[in-house]
Amino acid sequence: MATSATTPQMARPQGRASFLSRAFSADSLARVVAFSAATCILVITALLVYELWSHSAISRAQFGLKFLHTSTWDPVHDDFGALPFIYGTVMTAFLGLLIAVPFGVGAAIFLAELAPPKLSDAMTFLIELLAAVPSVIFGLIGILVLVPLLSKVVPPIRDAFQGHPPVFFSGSFIGVSILSAGVVLSVMVAPYIISVSREVLLAVPRDLREAALALGATRWETTWQVVVPFARRGIMGSVFLALARALGETMAVTMVVGNTPRISASILAPGDSMASVIASQFSEAIGNLYPSALIELGLVLFGITIILNGAARLLIIATGGNAAK
Amino acid sequence: MSPQMSPDIVNGMSSNKEAAESTTPTVTGAPPKLRSTNLNFFYGAFQALHGISLDVFASKVTAFIGPSGCGKSTFLRTLNRMNETVKGSRAVGEILLDSENILEMEVSQLRRRVGMVFQRPNPFPKSIYDNIAYGPRINGMIKRGDMDQHVEKSLRRAALWEEVKDKLHKSAFDLSGGQQQRLCIARALAVEPEVLLLDEPCSALDPIATAKIEELLFHLKDNCTVVIVTHNMQQAARVADFTGFFLMGKLIEFDSTEVIFKTPKVKATEDYITGRFG
Amino acid sequence: MNLSFHRKAVNAVMLCLTGVCTAVAVGLLFFILGYLFVQGGFSLNLDFFTKLPAPVGEMGGGMANALIGSAKVLLLATCIGVPIGFLAGIYLAEYAGGAYASIIRFVTDLLNGVPSIIIGIFVYTMVIANGGGFSTYAGGLALSIMMIPIALRSTEEFLRSVPGSLREGAMALGATKSRTIASVVVPAAIRGLISGMMLNLARVAGETAPLLFTAYGNQFWSPGWKQPTATLPAMVYAYAVSPYPDWHRQAWAAGFVLLTMVLLINVTARTIVSSGFSHKQK
Repeated sequence: MATSATTPQMARPQGRASFLSRAFSADSLARVVAFSAATCILVITALLVYELWSHSAISRAQFGLKFLHTSTWDPVHDDFGALPFIYGTVMTAFLGLLIAVPFGVGAAIFLAELAPPKLSDAMTFLIELLAAVPSVIFGLIGILVLVPLLSKVVPPIRDAFQGHPPVFFSGSFIGVSILSAGVVLSVMVAPYIISVSREVLLAVPRDLREAALALGATRWETTWQVVVPFARRGIMGSVFLALARALGETMAVTMVVGNTPRISASILAPGDSMASVIASQFSEAIGNLYPSALIELGLVLFGITIILNGAARLLIIATGGNAAK
Repeated sequence: MSPQMSPDIVNGMSSNKEAAESTTPTVTGAPPKLRSTNLNFFYGAFQALHGISLDVFASKVTAFIGPSGCGKSTFLRTLNRMNETVKGSRAVGEILLDSENILEMEVSQLRRRVGMVFQRPNPFPKSIYDNIAYGPRINGMIKRGDMDQHVEKSLRRAALWEEVKDKLHKSAFDLSGGQQQRLCIARALAVEPEVLLLDEPCSALDPIATAKIEELLFHLKDNCTVVIVTHNMQQAARVADFTGFFLMGKLIEFDSTEVIFKTPKVKATEDYITGRFG
Repeated sequence: MNLSFHRKAVNAVMLCLTGVCTAVAVGLLFFILGYLFVQGGFSLNLDFFTKLPAPVGEMGGGMANALIGSAKVLLLATCIGVPIGFLAGIYLAEYAGGAYASIIRFVTDLLNGVPSIIIGIFVYTMVIANGGGFSTYAGGLALSIMMIPIALRSTEEFLRSVPGSLREGAMALGATKSRTIASVVVPAAIRGLISGMMLNLARVAGETAPLLFTAYGNQFWSPGWKQPTATLPAMVYAYAVSPYPDWHRQAWAAGFVLLTMVLLINVTARTIVSSGFSHKQK
């Protein structure tokens, strides 16, 4: 550099001309506006957490952790325990997944591995439409079609056990029940499982399939022993997503679950879920403690769905990174 | 103004005695349109260009050649500061456009004066007409009533008018690859740049389309200074008045095309020209 | 040989079973659509679109107020939610990088996963408990909060699909960054953006839970923005759980109208994005 002619100068990326005029230019204004909009998301979410937290303060102070493990729900005497709703939420979601997961994964395998691409795309389109059906419509069909149907079909099955039905399938059955809610939920979450699982299966590298087929594995063996294990974390992710949705589902459950704050071993009994008790009781909750207890239920639900959603996304991302594009 | 020495191009290659004799070529008359002095360029901690000094003369075609990764495209993209879109990039040194340091100019003003055409044709998803009119519109150059005329003029300069005059309002994507690239040249010309930078403009084109663009460059230099980066030495030899050879982020030799291709002064240039490496 | 037969049998049976799973899933959709369209179609009449709900015990009546109410709530939600989500999406796709962008993306997904009933509680405690009262605008606000994260993610996704070469092309002509975004990037992605917004609208159009204690409900017209209003999904809910057969009939009709709307918007949006124009260059 001995003969360097000019002194090197630092140049800032935007040049140094007129800092002030740049600060007020249309370009930086646009940036500021976009930035503010993005920051809005943070503000809204922070406010949401704050509101849930502060408005449940009375209930939290009154019941403490007892709220989570007692099962009295008595608005008349201002005594609130969330256990029946936690139980109902878990049971309905569990039942829903129990039905939806085998069906959903099966359908995803068919769509990703076996169906001709055109058929697969058409089917996926229809299934995604199923996911677009509003939950209140599922509730409508649930209460006016499924519940009457189940009350015809279920009692004979229960009676076929000749007086000794398993405990989870016993007792009187009036149609609205944990079972009905589970069935409705399964139909609602299946499309999510199908479309997400299909995507992760499609992302599995081709050569993996070819390698297995070349070793003499049948189509099914290739799929079940090679492709599905490779995509298992993504499939788990789709199940978590479905679970989060099932736990938070409000309308359809409210309409068919029976709205009874009771813990019962039988899935034929009516029950209630966290989201549905909020929907059915919040607007008539008076006093200080009653609404506060319902909001605390909301807080618990919020916490659970956030944890599940986070886990689901991590799993799907992990698989996506796994599968070469 | 006397032609400038480029003294430190051999920085790091000082053992090469021949290199030290390399000078920028002499052009009688006008001062250089662009003068780069000791330009260094960094992507983060990586130094992509080392002390580039050279002059680009007005109304001439200047070509940069060299193996891939040698910094020729980086240097080209520094001339209108397109490199700034890369995070963490930094230019140190001085580049004068006429007598103004471009590193201190308002960037959109600079880019209006120093236009650019890219490796792959990148027409906007708009009509042919709107592609051409885009630049004049955003720069507020042309009155609404004069736009048709201006579009025609720009397309004519890019030798595309006859082929597209009947489908000006069709999508630019309907054109062939070569036509799209000429459309992009016309689009760049529409803002009447003083300098036109072309970054391997023919690398995605077939030989016939390439020939058309080369012919076009020949006519363009009448009222525009042209700088072209190419990986194709024959192309440089065909179209350029001056040629610079880049290697590993350094300008090894810069001279009239004739000298570079017939009597290069630096051995590395000769090796590259004769295909002994790269 | 025996083993091979066994393996072949398993193969055939399992492959068939996966097909059955798909058929059941798709069959359910057709069942739901078919049943609703038959029931709803027979229940629908002109009164539904023109009349107010009949008082309890009386036959007939319609849901004209709920149709208007839904339209107003959705209009408001779109006017608030879409611009914020759109601009935030632009920020993420075009400006932001690094930690802040990751935080926003994470929080957006989080907000998107919040059960809608909780959004209802949130707006209730923010607006109604603070003296705002049940109102159209509270309902619109609740739905807008649901629209923002979806609008953000779809905007970001579609802007990212625009090739960087277009941005370079515009900037090389002297366009500023904001100008480039407004005149090249957004127009290039416009189909995707519009269809994303339509899907967004379709999704919140069916939302009921956030409206239960924000827009609440109303047997009558709800002029202006500050009174409680009936909405279509809330009416489906209220009428379906009622004990009256004539209300059930109306619930079917309302469900029919709601679902038709939602599916129409959905199909249109998907057609827009998959047809015609693409960014592919020759």
